[in-house]
Formats: sequence, C-alpha cells, structure tokens
Amino acid sequence: MPLANKAARGGDGIGEASLATKPTLVVSAGRRRAASFLALIKPYVVIAPALIVLVVFWIYPIFDMAYLSLFKWDLISPEMVWVGLENFQNLFADAQFWQTLANTLAYTFFVVLIGVGMGLVTAIYLRKNTKTNGFLQAVVFSPYVVSLASVSLLWMWIMNKDYGPLNSILAAFGISGVDWLGDPNVALPALIAISVWKTVGYDSLILVSALRGIPHHLYEAARLDHADGWTTFRKITLPLISPTLFFLVVVDVIASLKVFETIQIMTLGGPQNATNTLVFSLYQYGFQFNKVGYAAAIGMVLLVLIGIFAVAYFKLLANRVHYR
Amino acid sequence: MNQASNEGTGTARGVQRRAVIRGARCVGRWVINVLLVLLFFFPFFWMLSSSLKTLGETMQFPPSLLPADPQWQNFADAWTSIPFAHYLMNSVIVTLAVLGLQLLTVVPAAYAFSQYRFAGQGVLFGITLVTMMVPAQLVFLPLFALFAKWGIINSYWSLILPFATSAFNIFLLRQTFNQMPRELVEAARLDGASELKIIVRLFLPMAKATLATCALLTLIATWNDYFWPLVLTTNDAVRTLPVGVASMRASESGVNYHILMAANVLLTVPIAIIYSFASKHIIKAFAYVGDK
Repeated sequence: MPLANKAARGGDGIGEASLATKPTLVVSAGRRRAASFLALIKPYVVIAPALIVLVVFWIYPIFDMAYLSLFKWDLISPEMVWVGLENFQNLFADAQFWQTLANTLAYTFFVVLIGVGMGLVTAIYLRKNTKTNGFLQAVVFSPYVVSLASVSLLWMWIMNKDYGPLNSILAAFGISGVDWLGDPNVALPALIAISVWKTVGYDSLILVSALRGIPHHLYEAARLDHADGWTTFRKITLPLISPTLFFLVVVDVIASLKVFETIQIMTLGGPQNATNTLVFSLYQYGFQFNKVGYAAAIGMVLLVLIGIFAVAYFKLLANRVHYR
Repeated sequence: MNQASNEGTGTARGVQRRAVIRGARCVGRWVINVLLVLLFFFPFFWMLSSSLKTLGETMQFPPSLLPADPQWQNFADAWTSIPFAHYLMNSVIVTLAVLGLQLLTVVPAAYAFSQYRFAGQGVLFGITLVTMMVPAQLVFLPLFALFAKWGIINSYWSLILPFATSAFNIFLLRQTFNQMPRELVEAARLDGASELKIIVRLFLPMAKATLATCALLTLIATWNDYFWPLVLTTNDAVRTLPVGVASMRASESGVNYHILMAANVLLTVPIAIIYSFASKHIIKAFAYVGDK
C-alpha cells in the first residue's frame, strides 16, 4: 500500500528511486527501466510459491474431481470410460446414498446445535475472568487439541459394551447399558456425543471472548431499568454475540460435514449403514470398491454442501471486516 | 438474591438468608466445577489407568478405577508391537518439513499481499481465501490419482507438498502485517534497506505473536492428522504415528486395550506436554483465530 500511494502522488523522484536503487545514485534510463520491470513482477514472484501450492493441490483437484465424476475408472488401470452423468443417476437412485446423506445432515445438525448450545451455556458460566474459570476453560478445551484418532480409540474403549466404564457407571445407577457402537439406533447419537465432547471447548472459548467484549455499561443500564436476567440476555447479550454464534455455526457445520476419523476407527459406517457419512462412503467407493467416478460424484454432493456454507462464511467475513 | 434483598433488607433474618443463598450458590458452583473436570478429564484418566493394567484387569466387570499393580511394561510392549520409532520419526519429519516450508511460503505471500499493490491482487487473494474452505476430505481422491501419476505415493512428498503453504496462515499474517506503520517502512527504504532486511528486521519481530500462533496451530494440526497419511499412503513407509497407533485396534484376537491405550498415551503425550506448557497461548491463539 505505501508503494501505491507513492506512485499515486506522482513521485517526488526520491520515493520512486528508493524502490529499487539508492536515491543519491545517478542511474541510466536503461537501468531504471530494468529496475521498474523488476519492481513490477516482484509481487508475483514473491507470491508464486504459496499460490502454486494452493492452486495445484487445493483448487485444481476440485475441477479434476468434477471431471472424474463423469467417468468409470478403477484408479489403477490406464483406461477411463466416459459415462456422462450416469454416476449421478446411479447415486440418486441408490437408497444407501440417501441414508448416508441423511446421516451426514443429521450428524451435522445435532453436533452444531448441541455443541454451540452447550458452548454458550459453558461460556456464560465461565465468562468472569477468574483463576478457577481460566483453569476450567483449559480443561474443557483440552480434548480439542488431542488427535481425533486418539479420541476415537479412547471412546471406543469407554463405550465398549462389556468392559467399558460407561456401561458400568450406568450400572451403578441401576441403568442397563447398551451396545453404544453396535446398536443402529444408538451409534450415530454416540458419535454425535463424542464430537460435542471434543468441540464444546472451542465453541465456549470463542463465545467467552465475545461475551467479554460486550460493553459493561449496557448491563448497568439494564440493571437500572430493573430488567430481569432473561430479558437482559435476550435484549443485550444475544444480539451482540449473534455474529460470533453465526461464525461458530458455519465453522462447525463445515467441520461436521467432513467427519471421517471417528467412523473409520470406531464403526466403519455400521451397524446397518447407520453411521455412514459422505466422506466415509467417498473413501470406501474410491479406495475399497474401486469406483472412482462414483466416489467423485459423492464428492460433488459434498462440494455443494460445503460451498453453501462457505459462501455464508465469506458473506459474514466481509461484513465483519467492513464494520471493524 | 434479588427477592431476598427485597423482602428483608436490613433485618437480621434478611442478612442470614442472603448468606445462606450465597453459600448454596458457592457449593453449587463447586459441584458443577467438579462435574466439568470429571466430564472432560475422565476419558484421559481412563486412558492412563487402562494403559497400566493387565489384560485380565481390562476385562473384569465392574472395571477397576486404578490399576491394581501398574504394568509399566505395557509401554515397552506398545513400543515394540508396532514399528513405533519408525512412525514417530515419520511424524517428526513431516511436521518439521511442513513448518519449515510454511515459513518460506507464507511470510513472503503475506508480505506481498499486505505491502504491494499489483494487478490481479484481488483475484489472487480471493483464491487464497477460497482455499481456506476446501477440506482435505474433499480433494484426497483426485490428489491420490495425481500423486500416483507423479509416482510420489508412499513418499514424504505426498504428505508434505499439499501443506507446504497455508491459506489460513497467509490470511492471519497479512492482517498483522497490515498494522505495520507505513512511515517506518518508508524510512527503512530511504535508508537503503533491502526488502529482505525490512522483512527480517521489521515485519517478523512485529509479527512474533502471530507467527507463534501460526506455528502452534500448524504443529498441532500436522502432528494430529490421521486422515491424510491414511488415505495418501498404501504402506508403512512414510505413515505417521496416529495411523500407526490406530492400526493396532485391528487385531483378530480382539483389541488388547491395555497395549492400545499405552500406545495412545505415547501418541498424546507430545501434544499434552505442548498444551500444558503453552495452554494459555494455545487458548489465546484459538480465541484470536475465532475473532478474525
């Protein structure tokens, strides 16, 4: 930006020359032209390493996936057979796909709803800046930094129907436990609970900083008006943290749509397809059933879902940048 | 509280009542605090406790809370039951390479986006922002096909190259670079300082906190990553620790949870150590990220 301003000012000679050479030097026209060409391409050269990586490994593959979704291919043989939209037709005619999509959406909905909801309750509980609260914040946040693979192995053991502690704790209260990961009715809620356990710390952390950002005099004014706790929350707290809530919803939705580790480690999509999700079936069709085109078609559905929320995210980002 | 003060302000009964309510609240808070700690730490406690039990003790009902006779041998068994050192080395190599390459690509890009004006800047920055939203779970299949064509499956390249830069870190660092006072940069230029010198002497010291944030977030994400090493490799050659440890669950004779949990403890310890030393910074880093 400083460079642009200097150029816009018309250049006082000193500022311009300082771009490439020392101002006191008398430089030839040729050298100056070479220098200005260098100055022109410099930004692109400097950005190139990062941008090449981003385009080759993150942008290009999206187009490649769209292309692959139009073929029948097993990933190994050199031959790719053009099938047009057949993969999508098969996909939309497959009851298992619809269940997988429904699982993914249900998982996302409940993880986000419960995660953000519990995050808010925890944040309100821990909003005051005290030593105890700082410690509790670190405790609640700790699962978030641990590898999802570790967390999955750990909860697989906790939810073991015969020897896991979860069922014995329930037994101590006289409740007979269930086969958490083996019962089709319980497996998906169990995975949702694990995800909430892992992310509620993050949600509450972000919300605590939002709550602490609310100007104190607003609450004092509310107290003078004899507003009760609920009214104060509804009229002051909620509107002021709603951008943060929306941010968390979008971030958590995108994170939930790509759920994979817990499923691949704990349930393999079962029992009876009850925990199969888009990413897991994308992985299965691509690498285990060798139907790359079909897998790519599943990927396109995922892309559309993520795309919707990415657009929402950028709208939000643009607004926040604008208002700050 | 409000009601109490309305009913009996000033009277002895009112004072007493308020004290009782305050006491009850205090106890209530303590109960909730203890429950919170139990809820979020018990799983880790269970991992640690199981890692020190015998196979027989993991299968008794009801389970014991603490191991009757701590089996430190479990950790040695976990270490030898899989090529642990090999996976560990792979994890260290991949994490360090990603961190190093990101420093080399992120800093220049963030500097250019923040300090230069050039044609197409908006589009290029737009591409950077869009990439932030593309999860690895979306692009692994085409990338596997691409890397197979390049012949780099089962090499470090396949695990490192896609993460050689980070759109998110570029975004974060650019925000910080934008706050650099313009006069300072111009003064440095007038003194004839080279661009490199300006970056190293002015921008990097100013952005220390952001750089640490980026490094910490990248370190945690790379060390913890299970998905990418799993899908982009087909054998053990360059697989990292999370994949190695998780592979232990797939034994035919049923899962030996005591050994699996010992391995899991070893996998979690590096992050736990980093977290315990830097928890304040990590928490701040995440809050800071969420704020952006």
